[in-house]
Order: sequence, then C-alpha cells, then structure tokens
Amino acid sequence: MAPAKKRNVSSKANVKKTKIDFESIVERILESRKHANDVFDVLEFLQSEKEKDVICVVDACCELFCTLLKRRDLFIGKLPGEDEAIKGEHSPDEKYKIFMRHRYNNCVEILLEHLHHETHEVKESVLCCLMKFAAEQGLHPLEDLDWSEYFSFPRELIQAVVHNILSQSSDNSLLISRFQEFLEMEDVRYYVMSFIRENVATVMNKSKGAVLPVYQSNVFTLMLNINMPSQESELTNFMVKQETKHEDWKAAKLHDHKRAFERMWLGFLKYKLPNSMYKKVLVVLHDSILPHMSKPTLMIDFLTAAYDVGGAISLLALNGLFVLIHQHNLDYPDFYKKLYNLLEPSVFHVKYRARFFHLANLFLSSSHLPVYLVAAFAKRLARLALTAPPTALLIVLPFIYNLIRRHPSCRVLIHKPSSEDELLKDPYVMEEVDPALCHALESSLWEIKTLQKHYHPYVAKAAMLINTPLSEQEDDISEVLEMTSYELMERDLKPTQSKSFPLEFETAAHLLEGRGEVLGQHFCLA
Amino acid sequence: MGKAPKKKNLADKVRKAKAATEIKNNPFEVKINRKKFDVLGRKGKHDVGLPGVSRSKAINKRKETLLKEYKQKNKSNKFIDRRLGEYDAKMAPEDKILQRFAIERQRAHGKRDVYNLNEEEELTHYGQSLAEIEKFNDTVGSDDESEEKGLLSAELTASHFGGGGGLLRKKTSGGDQEDEQGGQKTKSRQELIEELIQKSKQEKRERQVQKEEAQELTEKLDQDWKSIQALMVKKIPKAEHVDKPEEKAKPEEYDMMVRELGFEMKAQPSEKMKTPEELAKEEKEKLQKLEADRLRRMMGDEGGDGVQSQVHMSADDLNDGFVLDKHDKKTLSYQDGKWNIEEETEDGKEEEGESGEEEGSEAEGENEEDDDEDDVEEEEEEGSGEDEDDHSDLESEQESENEENDEEEEASSPRQQPQSLSREELKARQEAAKAELPYTFAAPESYEDLKDLLHGHTPDNQRLIVARTQKCNHPSLAAGNKLKLQKLVGFLMEYMGELATRSPPELGTVDKLIPELYALCQMFPEAAGKSMQSILRDAAHSMEEAVEVKGHVAFPTLDMLVYLKVTALLFPTSDFRHPVTTPALLFISQTLTKCPVRSLQDLTSGLVLCCLAVEYVSFSKRFLPELINFLSGTLHLAVQDKASTGCMVVPPFRLSGKYSDLLVLSNSESCSSWSKENLPLSATQQLELKSDLNKDHYRLNCLSICLDLVKRCCLLYKDLTSFTCIFQPIRTLLSKHLSSQMLPSPLQELHSEILEAISSASVTHTRLVFEKKKPIPLKLFTPKIVEVLDYGKKRGSTREEREKERLKHKYKKEFKGALREIRKDSRFLAREKLSEVMNRDAERKRKVKELLGSLATQEGEWKALKRKKRK
Repeated sequence: MAPAKKRNVSSKANVKKTKIDFESIVERILESRKHANDVFDVLEFLQSEKEKDVICVVDACCELFCTLLKRRDLFIGKLPGEDEAIKGEHSPDEKYKIFMRHRYNNCVEILLEHLHHETHEVKESVLCCLMKFAAEQGLHPLEDLDWSEYFSFPRELIQAVVHNILSQSSDNSLLISRFQEFLEMEDVRYYVMSFIRENVATVMNKSKGAVLPVYQSNVFTLMLNINMPSQESELTNFMVKQETKHEDWKAAKLHDHKRAFERMWLGFLKYKLPNSMYKKVLVVLHDSILPHMSKPTLMIDFLTAAYDVGGAISLLALNGLFVLIHQHNLDYPDFYKKLYNLLEPSVFHVKYRARFFHLANLFLSSSHLPVYLVAAFAKRLARLALTAPPTALLIVLPFIYNLIRRHPSCRVLIHKPSSEDELLKDPYVMEEVDPALCHALESSLWEIKTLQKHYHPYVAKAAMLINTPLSEQEDDISEVLEMTSYELMERDLKPTQSKSFPLEFETAAHLLEGRGEVLGQHFCLA
Repeated sequence: MGKAPKKKNLADKVRKAKAATEIKNNPFEVKINRKKFDVLGRKGKHDVGLPGVSRSKAINKRKETLLKEYKQKNKSNKFIDRRLGEYDAKMAPEDKILQRFAIERQRAHGKRDVYNLNEEEELTHYGQSLAEIEKFNDTVGSDDESEEKGLLSAELTASHFGGGGGLLRKKTSGGDQEDEQGGQKTKSRQELIEELIQKSKQEKRERQVQKEEAQELTEKLDQDWKSIQALMVKKIPKAEHVDKPEEKAKPEEYDMMVRELGFEMKAQPSEKMKTPEELAKEEKEKLQKLEADRLRRMMGDEGGDGVQSQVHMSADDLNDGFVLDKHDKKTLSYQDGKWNIEEETEDGKEEEGESGEEEGSEAEGENEEDDDEDDVEEEEEEGSGEDEDDHSDLESEQESENEENDEEEEASSPRQQPQSLSREELKARQEAAKAELPYTFAAPESYEDLKDLLHGHTPDNQRLIVARTQKCNHPSLAAGNKLKLQKLVGFLMEYMGELATRSPPELGTVDKLIPELYALCQMFPEAAGKSMQSILRDAAHSMEEAVEVKGHVAFPTLDMLVYLKVTALLFPTSDFRHPVTTPALLFISQTLTKCPVRSLQDLTSGLVLCCLAVEYVSFSKRFLPELINFLSGTLHLAVQDKASTGCMVVPPFRLSGKYSDLLVLSNSESCSSWSKENLPLSATQQLELKSDLNKDHYRLNCLSICLDLVKRCCLLYKDLTSFTCIFQPIRTLLSKHLSSQMLPSPLQELHSEILEAISSASVTHTRLVFEKKKPIPLKLFTPKIVEVLDYGKKRGSTREEREKERLKHKYKKEFKGALREIRKDSRFLAREKLSEVMNRDAERKRKVKELLGSLATQEGEWKALKRKKRK
C-alpha cells in the first residue's frame, strides 16, 4: 500500500542492506519452491526487537503472502494440522500449499501481536499489511464457497484486527485514525461495526460494568471515526465485490448499516461511562449519532438519564433532547422545570456555555410559554448574572431582554409604574425549584439595575437599556455567544480606540501607594 | 448740414451742463429710494435716482444700436467707412487726423501737379528760392532777443499776429530752423508750437544729464580720495589712530543706542508675587478641575473629548519654561571608565580653544580671580566639573577687552600662586567625584542598553540614573530626544517586570523607579499607554491560549501583578472606559475566574489581585462580580466541613476536592499565638513554611486579608440595589459555617463588622420603572429669535456654500436684468414700428388729400368754366 511504502522511504538509507536481503529472500521463495524454508528466516526477523527490521520484514511478508495469495499457492479449505499433512497422503504441491498456509497463519498471528507494539510506526505498517491481506483474502478466499448463503469476506481476519485495535491498555487513537481510511469501504465498515458490538459486549461483561477508560475511549474513537453514508446510492466503495447476489448482501444495504450502527452505539452506551466520555458522547450525539440511527427514539433512555445527572452533562443532554423533542415527537414532562433548575452559577463558567444559551434561546422562543415561566427564567438568569463574568453578561442581558420582548406581559419586571413609591422586599424565592411558585412575576429585575454599575463599559451600557422602553427588534445573541474575554479585551486595545490616554493626576511615589492603599495595608515589598 | 448739428450739440451741451444741476435739484425729476435702515455716515450710490435721465439715456442708446440694426434689417448692402484707421481702436484720434490730413494733402498735391510742367524748377528771387521766402513769411524774429524764451514768445506772437511783414525780413536767427524744415513748406501753427515744446523739453533733459554726469564724477573723486586716505591713515601714529575711530564711532554708538532703545520692549508689569493663600487657592482650583474631569470620564460622558495634555511639573520646576541651558549639558561624565575631563566631542571645538587659554586668562585680574574662586566653591558644592565652562564664559565676556593687553598682564605672574593651590584642591575633589554618579547619560537605544546602564547600582542610584537620563534627553533639547524617551518608557516597564521576576524579586528597586516612570508617563502618555497595552495584550493572549488548551491557567507571575499595580498608579482607574485600565481590570477579573487555587501561593496571588481590584474600583464603586466570587470562595476554603454548607460556589473554586481545605487550620490552638503581619509580595511566587504553626499563621493572615477585603467591598457596594443578594453567600458562610468563636479576636471583630454591615443594608427597593421621558413639546408658532451679531453676513454656511449662493444670486439678478432689457427693447421697437406706420399713414393721407384737393380744384375749375360758358 502506498502509505506504507512512503513511510519506508525515509528510513531507506539505514536499512537498505537488510531490506535488500529480505527482498532477495522473498524473491527466492517466490522463484522456486526449493527455498520455501527461507520463510522461517523471515518470520524470525518478524519477531525481532528492532523496529526498523520489523517494519522491513512486515513489508517483505506483505509482498510475499500477497503474491502467494494471488497465485493461490495457499491451501484453500479446512486446514489440516501440520504433522497430519506431512504424514497424510497429499501431493507435494498440496503439501507445499499446506505448509505455506501454516506459515501465513503464523505470520498473521505475529502481526496481530504486533498491533500491541509500543511504536506507532510498527503498528501502522502492521495494520496496513493486515488490511492488504484482508483485501487479497477477499479476492481469493481461503475457504470453500460451499453453501450459498455465504458471502466471501475475511471475517476472522477483520475481527481479529478490531479486537486487537481496541486495546485495553494503550490509547490507540492514532492507529484508529489510520484505520479510518479502511472504514471508508462499506463492507469493512459494516463488519467492523458488528465486531465492535460483539467486542464491547464481551469485554464489558467480563469487567462486570466497571469503567475501563482506555478501552472505552478507544472504542469511542473508533466509533466516532465511522462515517455513515447518508444515501443508499453512496454505497459504492467495497473491498470485496460479491460475484453473486451482491444486492442481498447486508453490507450493501444502508438500512442494515444503520441498524448495525445503532446497535453498536446502544451496546456501547448501555454500560457505565466515565464522566469525560459521557460529555464527549453528548457533544457529538445530536450531530453524528442521532441522524444515522434507524430509530433515534431508542436514545431517549440514555438522554433522559443524562439529563437527570445534573451539571454540565445535563446541559449537553439538552442538545440531543432537543433533536428528539423537535423531530421525533418526544414528550418530556417537566422539561422546563428541569431546564429552570439547570440554571446555576456554573452555567456561566462551563465550556458549553454558548451551546447552552443557544438551546435555551430556542426552547424559550416559543410564544406559548406561560408568563410566570418566562418571568422565572428572566429573574433567575438576572440573579445568576450577579456572579457572571463579563462575556457571559453580554449574552445574558440581551437574552433577558429578548425574553421580555417576546412576552410583553413580562415587562412588569422592568417597568411597573402603578406601585411606584412603595418599598418592597424582593419577593422572588431563589431556592424554590418550581418556577410556578417562585414569585418571579411579582419581582423586578433589580439585578440589572445593579449591573449598571458593572465595571466593564459594555456590560454597563447593556444594562442601561432597561432605563428606557426596549426596542421592538430582538437582539441577536448568536454574535456574542462565542466571544472570549480576550476578544472583549482586544476591543479596548484597538489602536483606533486608544487615541488619548488620560492620566492619573495624583503623583505616584511608591509602588504600594494610591487608591486607598489596600495593597499596602496587607502586603509589603520584598 | 455739418454746421447745424454741431450747433445743436453745442446747445445741448450747454443745456446739459445747466441741466445736470437743475435736474438734480428738480424735485420732479428726482426719485428718492426709500431705505430700510438709516445708517449714519453712509453715503449710498443709489440714494437718489433720476428716472427721467436714465430713461432718456436708455432711449438714446437704443436709437444708436437697436434702431440702426432695425433699419439695416433685410438689407444686404452695407455702409463701410473706408476712412483711414476708422476701425482701428489703437490709433489715437490725433494720429488719425494727422494721417488723414497727410493723405489729403498728397492727393491734393498730386492733382495740382498735373498741370506743373517742370517740377524741379525753382523760382528764385534775388538768388533765393521763392518758395522758401514764401514759407517764412509769417515768422517774425527779433535780433536783439538772444534768449530762447524771448524767441519763443516772439515766435508765438508772430504766429498769432503774423502778417505780411515777414516777407521783407532777412533770414537771421531762424536760419537753422529754415534748413530743417526745408522739405515741409507748410506747417500749421499748432505743429510749430508742439515742436517748440518738444525742443524745450529736450534741452531740459540735456541739462539734467549734464548735472548727473558732474555728480558722478565728484563721487568717483571722493572714492579715489578715500582709498588714498586709507593709505595715508596707516602712517598716522597709534594714539591718534585710537582717538580717531572713537570719534568716528561715537555717533554710531549713539545711533545704535537710540535704535536699541526704540526697539527695546517697554517694561511690562510682571505678575505680582502670589501670597501663600493665593497659591494654595490656585492649586486647589487645579485639583478641582482635574477631579471634575475624572468624574466626567467616570460617568462615561463622551462629550468633551478635548483632553488637555497635562504638563508635568517637577518639584523643582520654577514654572519658567524649563529650558536646560548649556551648563546642564556639560557636566561630569565618564568615558571608558575614566573621568572625562575633556569636554564631550559635540562641543569640543569651541571649548578646546578656550580651555587652552584658560591659564592665561585665569590670572588676568584680581576681580576675575575672585570670581573664579567663588565659582570653584560653588562647583565643589555641586561636585561637578563645571569649572571649565565658567572660566570660558568669563573669558568670553572679557576677551575682547583683554586681547591687546595680554602681554602686559603676563608680568603679573605671582598672582598665579593661590590659583594653583585651589587647583590642587580641585583635583582632590575630582577624585572624590569619580566615585559619584555621572551626570549625563545617553538615552538607551535598546532594552539591553538600559540594563547595562542600571546594572550594579543601588536602587537609589538607579533612580538617579533614570532621572538624569530623562533630564539630559529632555525633548526641548534635541529633536530626536522625544523618540528616545518614549522608548525609554517601554524599556523601563520591561525592566520593572524583569526586576519582579528575579528571585528574590527586587521590588525595592521597582518602588524607587515608580516616580520616574510616573514622570515619564506624564510626558508621554501615549507611549506609556501603548507599552502597557501591549503587555496586557500579551498576558491576556497567553492566558487565553492556556485556557483553551487546558481549561484553566496558573495565576499570573509577580511581574504581571506589578504591572497591574503600576497601571493603577499611572492611569485613572475610575474612568468609565479607559484604553489601559479597562483591559487591565478585565484581565484581573479573568484571572480571578480562570485560575484555580491550588496552593497558598496561588491564594496569595489571588488576594493581591483582589486588593488591586478593590483599589481599581474604590473610587468609581463599580461592581466586580468576580471579586465577590473569589472572596466568598476563599472564605469557603476556610470552612471546616464542606458538606453541610450547601451553598453555591462559583468557579474557579469547587465544593469539594483536593485543594478545598487550604485555609482550614491544622490546629485550632494556633489562633492564640497569631498576630497580623503584612505578607511579602514575593510569597506569590515562593513560600516556605516549615512548621504547621507557621502555616496556620499564614492561613490566618490570608483570612484576615480576605475579611478585610470583604468589609471594604461591603462599604463599596452598600448602595447597590442587589446588595443583599450579592453578599448572601458570604453572609451564610460567615454566620453559619465560619463562626467567630473559632477566630482570633481581631478577626472576630472584622467578622462582626461585616455581618453588621450586611444586615444593616436596606432590603427594600422601589420597583423598577422606565426613566421618565420628557414630553415632546407642542409645535409653537412664536418666532424663534436668534441673536444675530454680524449683520449682512449669511451665517451658518461654509465658504463654498456662500460662494454658490452669491453666484446664484448674481445669476438671478442678471437674468432679471436681461429679461427687462429685452422687454424694453421690444417695446422700443414696437414704438418705432408704430411711429413708422403712423408716419406712412399720415403721408398717405396727406397725399390723398392733396390729390383730392387737386381734383377738387380741377373739378371746381371745370365747373366754373362751365358756368361761365353758360353765362
């Protein structure tokens, strides 16, 4: 394969000699059957410690056995034992084939072992070699095509490869990304998906539900690398072409692909996941998993469970839930109540803030929501804004304004002139879980009034907007969703804005002086 | 024909001349234009109009132009005036007449000559040409009158009254004239007079030329004399020579003095000395103004962006323009580690010459020597090497006088003795001065230069060095200095950062350098702002990257803390928006949210940042949520059992975890032995606490800082509407989980103070309402009165607009005028046509009448004849 060869180019100079050796050996073996025993030398080298040797030998093996497969010089059918074959009455030709088949099996075993090698280069070339074998084996099957239901595909070989890639001890993400190239082929993908499912089931059952972070991350990476086709007509790229009954082959049907995909994911998500993995799955769920499932509703259980976990995981589950609610008619009781309870100070600090607010904006864009609910959301967000960083405030304030605009009856939150002069305590109950009982509608958004004194000019200006009636036009919060504080700072640091630099007029004499000397009171130099 | 119109014209003229005044006085002719405003002293051109006159003028003009055209209409024939020069405008009318006359004569001559048989033949009488005699018959000359004037008058009389007597006269004085005018036999009287005048003028000119020549000659003679005189003067003895120039110089000096006095500025009254009260008042006013300015910026008013550039006043500034003169420049300096006695190369030439003469001039006179010694003493006090300059200055004052008597003075050598003694003393002092700092420094070109310059000096000396560098390179001294000092600002900031990153941090030096940085910043706000901005940008950028990669970031190092503090010292932190302090505050808040507290060092950094944050907002009282979050998180660290609190903790703090017990005391006994002490800033970088007791004490210190900051925040934010909400977590923490019994007594006090402050805040608020809008006023119909100060000028427009307006107006006027003219023209033509028609009709009528009349008479006659016949 091309990539594998390319790789060798770099190390060619050093290993030229050995390489020539192997090449000549391989040539000799292929030339005449006299030199068949030289195969042992090659296999011996295959087990060597030196990486470079191994890589060279892997290439040599690849060439050797591929040619043999092409020549059909390997025994086809049920392989008799080696001793048996020598004793048994086989023609010398058959004997040779059996011998070579055994060597081939040995070689594959060694190569599979090498998939656990420490160095990535070895793993990669081994993987390429194995996949070449698989391709050749697909073309020239080593089994008898006896019964008609059977479709020729090197199942055992691929299964073994998958099994070995999904290591429990080392992170194989690089190798898996290399493997993705083979996953482009429809039949490989189909079988890999089913093998993954089987593998996960066996491994996780063995561990009895305990979390296996490395293994699960390997599985997750591999699964994530599966690019599902979206249309049946896209299924064109096969490793093995079936001569007969190609249309009946499951690997050629998108529906079966989808089912395999779905079963694979469900099988994976059935088991307990580590927290970080949970988040990763939820991040990609709506985008790369749900659309390819034949029955996305099967994810409901998983998502509701995630939604109930709380914290960041709940936030992320929202996205999948939204897809289900929106496209698959999921009816979720107390959805808004739960959403309301998701609002915590940490909402403004987590990485998924932008996604959360984007979704919250979507959920709350309905005009059929009861006023008390909208008011509760507005009030709670305002209360939480008291602890938020400026970038979050620039999202929250327009968010609240948009809520008030969409539901004009919420305007009492910022404008209630009838009871002007009376003083009252804030009736809002922060601790109340139910938005219907939190008395948000009887309150006012004093928090925004407070934020008018915020230190950052943009925030203060945004908060000033409640002093006058809000404009009709809704603010577009999508612009500010992704803003980082560095971008915010850049706005002030732009050379166009810093034309004049007003100066402090109180003369500075010492480092710790000035402005109340707070620093000087508690700290000293040195 | 010719005569009649002329007469009429004359009569017209007379009448006109008479009429001009008459018309003007005739009230029926005059139309007085009414004026809108009577302006005294202004004489308008158009006060009085004479409609009759102008109408008749217009009619006449039309008659000459339009009518003629009309008459020529449909006529292809054209009258062309072929008289010589008729259409030549360049020719003067007199010339025209002359030439026409000449042509006329020629033509006449030719005609006459047709019948002359022999042209060349001359008729003579007594041997003289008859023609000549004939020609001068009218010149009368008198023999006795030799003067031209007389001749002229005689000629004139002759020409006036000339009769036939001339024929008899012999050609005497006027002979030459006759010769000249031989060709032209006839000359009009006028021509003659002109000739005469010309002649007299010519003579006058000649006389003038002669006079000028004579003058030139005398001048030349004078000059020659002067050159010779100079030669002669050389030989005159010295004494006389000295006197002479003085005599000569005296009036010049006087003149100069007079002129100088004329140009001298009149003495102006200087500002009176200010009393201390006045000074204090002034200072107060200045501060008040600055404070008002700060408040305006704090409110975020963008209106007055005229930020006046503040001029820095140093303490020793005498408010007199601050020009460093020569003396400051030439001071003691080092070169290659040796004391630089020679002057710097820049001013070398001048000084070298002077210092060569030094010895001689030093011994010149007693008074001078005294001066010298005084100078020396002064210099010793200053510890500088200014002596040379002073000598040279003295020299230059007296040099001119002393040039001649140098040799005489040489004799008075004994006086040199005391001088040399003082010089020895000087030398000793110079040795001492070597140990001191040089007084001039070249501005560092790179950061490395600055480091080299400051390396190995004590903090105080470093400050001095920077101060002197700044003085030596004051922008008023040289063109490039401004740039150099601007660079110095950046280098100095960099240097401060480096000082802070050293281990142990040299914060004392930073402290010493602050005033210099402040002074430089006052001079170059832009450079300082820019460099501070770039520091902030870099720090924020690296932090952003770290956050993106890891999700959190370590607390900034000490240099960044120093920068943040320096920012607060240099720039106003209370501005609503400031290009430096706003990003700085954002940076602080960002660190307070993004940096997890994992050790006591981290906590110390956090507390330093909190202190800074409090300082930043102490004046403007702006709300900084991150500050409260961090403080409550810090308090949370001190709570012993976290599980029961159940209160919300905001990142970077966590409810539970490895680092959540940082401030929990390991032994509650350590409270008793604790006393508050200031933490060193270096504790943010490295902290070595050996025993548990030390650690506990450190913890208590942190806690006390935290509580103090909380107290300050309470005071700062007590006016905020959501005060109770903001401090709710802190309140629950303090009242329930961090009871005062466990704290040492000073902290207990703080504890109770905070709780009191929180609970004393008002919890009730008025409801939110929109700001009352001003009602939009109804449209009023009373005129808007605008005070106009410059009448007659269109206001409120640019020059181009005004020009455009003017042209438009002119065009309109012209257009109207043209229209009016055309109307008048057509009216005039119509009138002319009508009169033509009327004339024609009248003619016809007359003719018909005539015919009818003749017919009637014929008929009558015929009837009469018939009657007669009948009879």
